[in-house]
Amino acid sequence: MSSLSRPAASSDLRSALVQPPAGLFGQYDLDRTFDEMFEAPALARPHYQALVDELAPVSLDDMRRRQVEADRAFLTQGITFTVYGDAQGTERIFPFDLLPRLVTASEWDTLERGLAQRLIAINLFLKDIYNEGRILAEGVVPRELVFSCRHYRREMRGVRVHRDVYVSVAGTDLVRLEDGRFVVLEDNLRVPSGVSYMLANRAVTKRVFPGLFNKYNVRPIAHYGQALLATLRALAPPDRSDPTIVVLTPGVGNSAYFEHAFLAREMGISLVEGRDLLVHDTVVYMRTTSGLRRVDVIYRRVDDDFLDPLAFRSDSHLGVAGLLNAYRAGNVSVVNAIGTGVADDKAVYAYLPAIIRFYLSEEPILSNVPTYLCGNGSDRQYVLDNLDSLVVKAVGESGGYGMLVGPHSTAAQRDEFRTLILAEPRNFIAQPTLALSRAACFVGGGVEPRHVDLRPYVLYGDKVTIVPGGLTRVALRKGSLVVNSSQGGGSKDTWVLLE
Amino acid sequence: MLLSRVADSLYWISRYLERAEHTARLVDVARDLGLDRAAAARSRAIERLYRSLGLPSAEGEQSLVRVALFDTSHRNSVAACVMAARENARQVREEISSDMWEQINDLFLRVRKLQEASAGGRTHYVSRVIVEGVHLFAGITDATMGHAEGWQYLQAGCFLERAASTATLLDAFLVEKGDAGPAALDQADWVALLRSCSALEGYCRRYTADVRPERVTEFLLLDAECPRSVRFAATKLEGALRDIARYTGRPTGGRAERLSGRLRASLDYGQVDEILSDDPHAYLAGVSRQCAQIHSAVYQSYISYAIETALPA
Repeated sequence: MSSLSRPAASSDLRSALVQPPAGLFGQYDLDRTFDEMFEAPALARPHYQALVDELAPVSLDDMRRRQVEADRAFLTQGITFTVYGDAQGTERIFPFDLLPRLVTASEWDTLERGLAQRLIAINLFLKDIYNEGRILAEGVVPRELVFSCRHYRREMRGVRVHRDVYVSVAGTDLVRLEDGRFVVLEDNLRVPSGVSYMLANRAVTKRVFPGLFNKYNVRPIAHYGQALLATLRALAPPDRSDPTIVVLTPGVGNSAYFEHAFLAREMGISLVEGRDLLVHDTVVYMRTTSGLRRVDVIYRRVDDDFLDPLAFRSDSHLGVAGLLNAYRAGNVSVVNAIGTGVADDKAVYAYLPAIIRFYLSEEPILSNVPTYLCGNGSDRQYVLDNLDSLVVKAVGESGGYGMLVGPHSTAAQRDEFRTLILAEPRNFIAQPTLALSRAACFVGGGVEPRHVDLRPYVLYGDKVTIVPGGLTRVALRKGSLVVNSSQGGGSKDTWVLLE
Repeated sequence: MLLSRVADSLYWISRYLERAEHTARLVDVARDLGLDRAAAARSRAIERLYRSLGLPSAEGEQSLVRVALFDTSHRNSVAACVMAARENARQVREEISSDMWEQINDLFLRVRKLQEASAGGRTHYVSRVIVEGVHLFAGITDATMGHAEGWQYLQAGCFLERAASTATLLDAFLVEKGDAGPAALDQADWVALLRSCSALEGYCRRYTADVRPERVTEFLLLDAECPRSVRFAATKLEGALRDIARYTGRPTGGRAERLSGRLRASLDYGQVDEILSDDPHAYLAGVSRQCAQIHSAVYQSYISYAIETALPA
């Protein structure tokens, strides 16, 4: 049915049980998923050899000490996320795994080209659907699929977006399959978060494993703030020569507040809340101690729905009344643009390879995960016949809601989804259950493999810029495939190697 | 260029930390000196302390440490102040240096740990943690943050709070003197007052160890060098507000500056014998009132001004 069921390149590992390597690796097992560190038991991949050597003489106590040191660094720096629904406003640290995940230069080269290609196509697509709608007219993407999307914003029809860049900050989730290929699981095109963890993880890894950096040529990522600032500056309204750029946050109660503050400081610009801004005569101002000051670019970390109570949700206190009008008048740039969510809709996602071919006349460099649209007759039949092996997702939902994980489901749940799919087929997609690759993690008793994904951050102002790195999220619970922080997920530093 | 909301938070970070330090020091001195005193003098001292901190005096000595240090339902308790300061810092993290944030966050975590361990028996230790934590923050602020407009709001908050709290504390002592006659307060009370302001050593160098009420009043109210005197604080406050008016270049910015200048001048030229023979309580109440006016003026000029007054012409 799909490339996913193709036997893994290293199928001989399937039967190979562990012959325990020494020390920390005593519990390390290999299964059929792609292991980032080992090709075969006790045989490290060449680029991981130096890391394995570095760890060989390290004792368990020493590793624990480093873990304590790392955790303390996160806590005192207040690198935390807020747990919603807790009156105490409890902040937790995002669990950090000590061992870096390595990406080779050639792997990165493919990712970089693939991500740039994808983002350019996505922006052409957004410009098209909010203007002439060529791709819809030619039937490459069904019109009703776009117009029925919850994140489609009618208000953006015909709005002139500077440089035609709608998505200038994307956080694309990649996973690695059994054959070692990276594929795109999801495009996050609204307000992707996590880049501060990418930077913080690097800073902490430098602190706890300083020696290791000498053995590797790791590409730096610390210039992300400058790259983001340059991107935002490129998007300022053309007549504003020395633009005032701000980060708009929902406020200190938001789970990603740390990141908003962090980015504002990295860029040396103001962090504003909706209440700091006002619109007068379709111009946005912020309230400063020296009076009102005009704002030219808003890097907003507030969802479309809450951005302007006059245009969208009227009960929003996070936004700025009149912002949409100022935006339409071209007096302020909003980054990402409004209405980009239509391109990361789960059903639209399935059309991304076709979208790339349509606009760029190129083959996609990075594949999608095979996706079955229940709206299509043949796909629907396949999904209904294979509910026990597929993951079914409602297109409008996120965060694991409205989801059926076939292999872990009961007959009753499958019947329920069968009814739901038949009632509203267009609202559902299905994908094969993926075997995410596993990377070496320090888990308290030693080093063991855990499932990981990878989220690089792609910037697009006057050109596409990708800082060589990303956030590797880890499902720290043994056997778990869920990398979300709310469900036992953590993260680790990601090293893109120079050679 | 500074957001009004940021100025607001910076101002309150230092006001809350100053308040936390003041309270911690007071509790420490009260416990320490209370140990070897007669019960009556001791309970009066405790009651005075509650009064000067704006805490409910019904709580009594036993719960002093719990109420004044750890009870977050009283917004003037040390734990509540540290929490509020840190919350304000969290809202302006991009404006303060990382070192400042780490210090205030560390102080917060330590206070919370002490609170959980109900470390009430270790009053002196707890008090040192707080006083040192606040001093460290002030030092880090000085050394790592640009001394620009934002920094001036930190100064203004700190010294406004200090001027007001020293005046209130002094008032609590002078009022009692008026009510029950001078005999009601003994030497130990005045020593406690000086120590509560870290001013005993400074006083002794100035006046010798001969502790007299009018000299203590003069020292804490009118001395130009004692860093916790009202005059010293008013001078620093005026300087900060003058700089803020300069940074913002706003004609309406003058009010806060003028009010603070007037307060400073009245202290510069004040005579302790006149103040004491006249109505010291009225005088100190006047100082507190002027502090409140300065606070309002800062808000009107820089933070919560009407938008209509600031729209482009």
